[in-house]
Amino acid sequence: MRSLKPAAGVAAFCLALGLGASSAVNAGEVEVLHWWTSGGEAKSVAELKKILEKRGHQWKDFAVAGGGGENAMTVLKSRVVSGQPPTAAQVKGPSIQEWGREGVLTNLDDVAKAGNWDGLLPGVVSNAMKYRGHYVAVPVNVHRVNWMWANPAVFKKAGAKIPTNWDEFAVAAEKIKKAGFIAVAHGGQPWQDATVFESVALGVGGADWYRKAFVDLDQMALNSSTMEKAFATLRTVQQYIDKDAANRDWNLATAMVINGKAAMQFMGDWAKGEFTAAGKVPGKDYICMPAPGTSGAFTFNIDSFIMFEQKAAAAKKAQRDLAAAIMEPQFQEVFNLNKGSIPARSGMDLAKFDSCAKDSSAEFQSSAKSNQLVPSWAHGMAMSAAAQGAMFDVVTQFMNSNMTPKDAAAKMASAARSR
Amino acid sequence: MAEHAEVRTAGPRLLGRAVIYALLILLAMYYLAPLFVMVSTSVKTLDEIRAGNLIALPAEITLSAWAKAWSSACTGVDCSGLRGNFWNSVSFVVPAVLISTLIGAFNGYVLTMWRFRGSDLLFTLLMIGCFIPFQVVLLPMAQTLGWLGIANSTTGLVFVHVVYGLAFTTLFFRNFYVSVPQEMTKAARIDGAGFFRIFWRIILPLSPPIITVTVIWQFTQIWNDFLFGVVFSSGERQPITVALNNLVNTSTGVKEYNVDMAAAIIAALPTLLVYVVAGKYFVRGLTAGSVKG
Amino acid sequence: MSSAASPAFKRLGDVVEQALPKLVLGPTLLASLVFVYGFILWTGWLSFTESRMLPRYELAGLVQYISLFQNDRWWVALTNLAVFGSLFILVCLAVGLLMAVLLDQRIRAEGALRSIYLYPMALSFIVTGTAWKWILNPSLGLERLVQQMGFTDFTFDWLVNPDMSIYTVVIAGAWQSSGFVMALFLAGLRGIDESIIKAAQVDGASMPRIYLSIVIPSLRPVFLSAIIILAHIAIKSFDLVMALTGGGPGFSSDLPATFMYAFGFTRNQIGLGAASAMMMLFTVAAVVVPLMYSELRRQRHG
Repeated sequence: MRSLKPAAGVAAFCLALGLGASSAVNAGEVEVLHWWTSGGEAKSVAELKKILEKRGHQWKDFAVAGGGGENAMTVLKSRVVSGQPPTAAQVKGPSIQEWGREGVLTNLDDVAKAGNWDGLLPGVVSNAMKYRGHYVAVPVNVHRVNWMWANPAVFKKAGAKIPTNWDEFAVAAEKIKKAGFIAVAHGGQPWQDATVFESVALGVGGADWYRKAFVDLDQMALNSSTMEKAFATLRTVQQYIDKDAANRDWNLATAMVINGKAAMQFMGDWAKGEFTAAGKVPGKDYICMPAPGTSGAFTFNIDSFIMFEQKAAAAKKAQRDLAAAIMEPQFQEVFNLNKGSIPARSGMDLAKFDSCAKDSSAEFQSSAKSNQLVPSWAHGMAMSAAAQGAMFDVVTQFMNSNMTPKDAAAKMASAARSR
Repeated sequence: MAEHAEVRTAGPRLLGRAVIYALLILLAMYYLAPLFVMVSTSVKTLDEIRAGNLIALPAEITLSAWAKAWSSACTGVDCSGLRGNFWNSVSFVVPAVLISTLIGAFNGYVLTMWRFRGSDLLFTLLMIGCFIPFQVVLLPMAQTLGWLGIANSTTGLVFVHVVYGLAFTTLFFRNFYVSVPQEMTKAARIDGAGFFRIFWRIILPLSPPIITVTVIWQFTQIWNDFLFGVVFSSGERQPITVALNNLVNTSTGVKEYNVDMAAAIIAALPTLLVYVVAGKYFVRGLTAGSVKG
Repeated sequence: MSSAASPAFKRLGDVVEQALPKLVLGPTLLASLVFVYGFILWTGWLSFTESRMLPRYELAGLVQYISLFQNDRWWVALTNLAVFGSLFILVCLAVGLLMAVLLDQRIRAEGALRSIYLYPMALSFIVTGTAWKWILNPSLGLERLVQQMGFTDFTFDWLVNPDMSIYTVVIAGAWQSSGFVMALFLAGLRGIDESIIKAAQVDGASMPRIYLSIVIPSLRPVFLSAIIILAHIAIKSFDLVMALTGGGPGFSSDLPATFMYAFGFTRNQIGLGAASAMMMLFTVAAVVVPLMYSELRRQRHG
């Protein structure tokens, strides 16, 4: 029985510690898991930190880099399993719904109402941020994925015209190849293969078919002649990629366009950062155009933060301030200037942005009206991670074997059934 | 083993020596190639790297990438280079190495000098355990650490490394002690010496070679570990491998290969130093018996 | 210690002494039981569920195993493990032994050479992977270098060739681990009694013959230790593949460890990832258990 006393003492001590800890949290601490760790991106996040610190909260950085956040997601899962989720984490697209289903996210409706998010955010964006009608996430930016980055000097030397559809592409690419340049700069990593294929598919099949195939995962649309045609076009594109593309980082491919070894690259607007860093000017040294056949359409990739339910009142308060700060024009401007994307909220002054970003913003709005605004499946905006991964496998296998377009289409349909 | 050569004629002997040296140098080049690429890239300017020839010699040498990697590169919002993370790593690697080595020594001692029924079977089970892929243990371990209340702490990280390092440290010590004559401890036992006394007085003084091997092995493994470091630490407590990964991985930013390579070499310096300085003792320690088991 | 104590106390002391070895071993065994075997059971359980993003514990039968065996990528990964594992172990043993034998010939600058062969163990593959990627890339590295030297027909495109990419993983893997094997063998060679070799020489045996028929056979235990450690490295190879090929081109250089990580964590298919982990463990057990068993038997009888 004597042993009870020390035990009680320990318990009291722990309790005291616990209380001490919770009162220390009154300063309001936010822990944000993200994978924006280097260069311009890191500076963008530092901006957010500054804003929050000005409001008297403490920023606990929790950066985990690696690919498209694979490592970060592993870390996030283990944190949630251990019962200590961070304040917020960089999660986007349908994954927001998957986390919502786990019942660990917090309801941000009060912040959204105060900030008039429903009024400021385009419908596609706000819907993606809600789980069962309640805001659980905050959008940071909108990337356009269906861009083509072209080096006009190379086109000129080859006597080729910058293509606006896939037929013109074949003609131009042939000329460029004959002139001794690499027509398409590409890195043979699954996500890059999928990024190119996504733009090809959108250009070949149009926004309505794209939506049916990659958002609704409609079996008829997936295993269709349109899909076969898209794969056949991808095969054409592939002929103009140099043979050493395997596992090349995307930015090295961009460098090939920058220094005139290659004519064009199909990549999202983060590629702009590379051009800017090399001191190139849009419209003069390089040209940003929608990928062939996708003018007027827009594949979006929206980065966002999901917010986890917090226990302490101070942490809750800090979390709400964080959500509000992300949506403020000041942060959205600085962040997106650094990142190459456009702000997620509408009605902002874009004076400081370059011409590519202005085009992107204009097309974002017009494509929404013409119903050609579609989510990027290659960047996790359209389907479950399982289906997306299975489709990655199909596309990348197609690129690395002599699979026929017909087989590829059939495999896409079965990939869509992965769960 | 070389005196024998003298009985042969000088011609073939010289040829033989030449072949041996040629082979050794060729192998050395294969081993040095990646390091050469890393070092030469780390002293190039970014423009030169962008221009293309990645494995050529640098046109001009600059140390700015090294300075940046150490003290001003961004690994997240914190732009103070790898300095802080370097000390983070030290703070959990040292206790983890010491604890796992100590426990491994006791385990090896028990498994050789104090065998009991089934001890060989237990040893086999322990060894098979070290083949478990670490990816498998992440989630259940996270939950366990949560229950124990040491999730996201240095203590938790030390705990994990000790748990999964024990199989190897035990293997090393057991295989070393197997070659120690049982008579030594038996005589001591007849004299009435106890379990710990025999360990301190007889076994431990014999152990420096194998302690060196184990410490080098554990230090390298734990220092270079990324998976546990990334999952079981957070924020400013992240070890250097995680910071390095944060530095070199850019999803949509500009890639500074020179800084990446400098950072990589900085992150590897302690382990490099250990191998270069203690390499001799490493081989000597292995010679002293650990591989005879 | 207890010799001067009273009989009763002595008996108690004996009991403690008797139990002490087991007590000392206890924590390790407990840790192994919970954190290795317990977690294997946990994974086994998950492999029979439909867990996706986070663990779920309702059993769902064999669905995950069925979809695993229907997955092309899994079979590629498994075949690759066989190819990579056997080649990696063979190359490391061969190169390691060669270097050890060469270094054992009273070489000048032995210390420096030994450090050069050993240092790759010290480096994490997170970044040496990048260096290897450049060296093996046809348009950046070795192929270009040799072509610039005038041999324009030279090609070395394994990294970008789906049929050959797994062999580049062997090259880089052997680079990292063969130095350690060298150290093991060198230690073994230094431990051999020189008088045996001298005796053989007196009998007129040539050096290669002495090595083949006397020295190398006597290194048998070293071979076993090295194989166990190398098998362990091969099965866990993860960073290596991720940094060098990313599993590509396509998924041609995928290994079970990368497969499991991709499905279990990136693709939110924990159930499938758990099933692949279980299959991996069975494979390991099938190879390692007989090896360990025979080794322990040999020790006991030999």
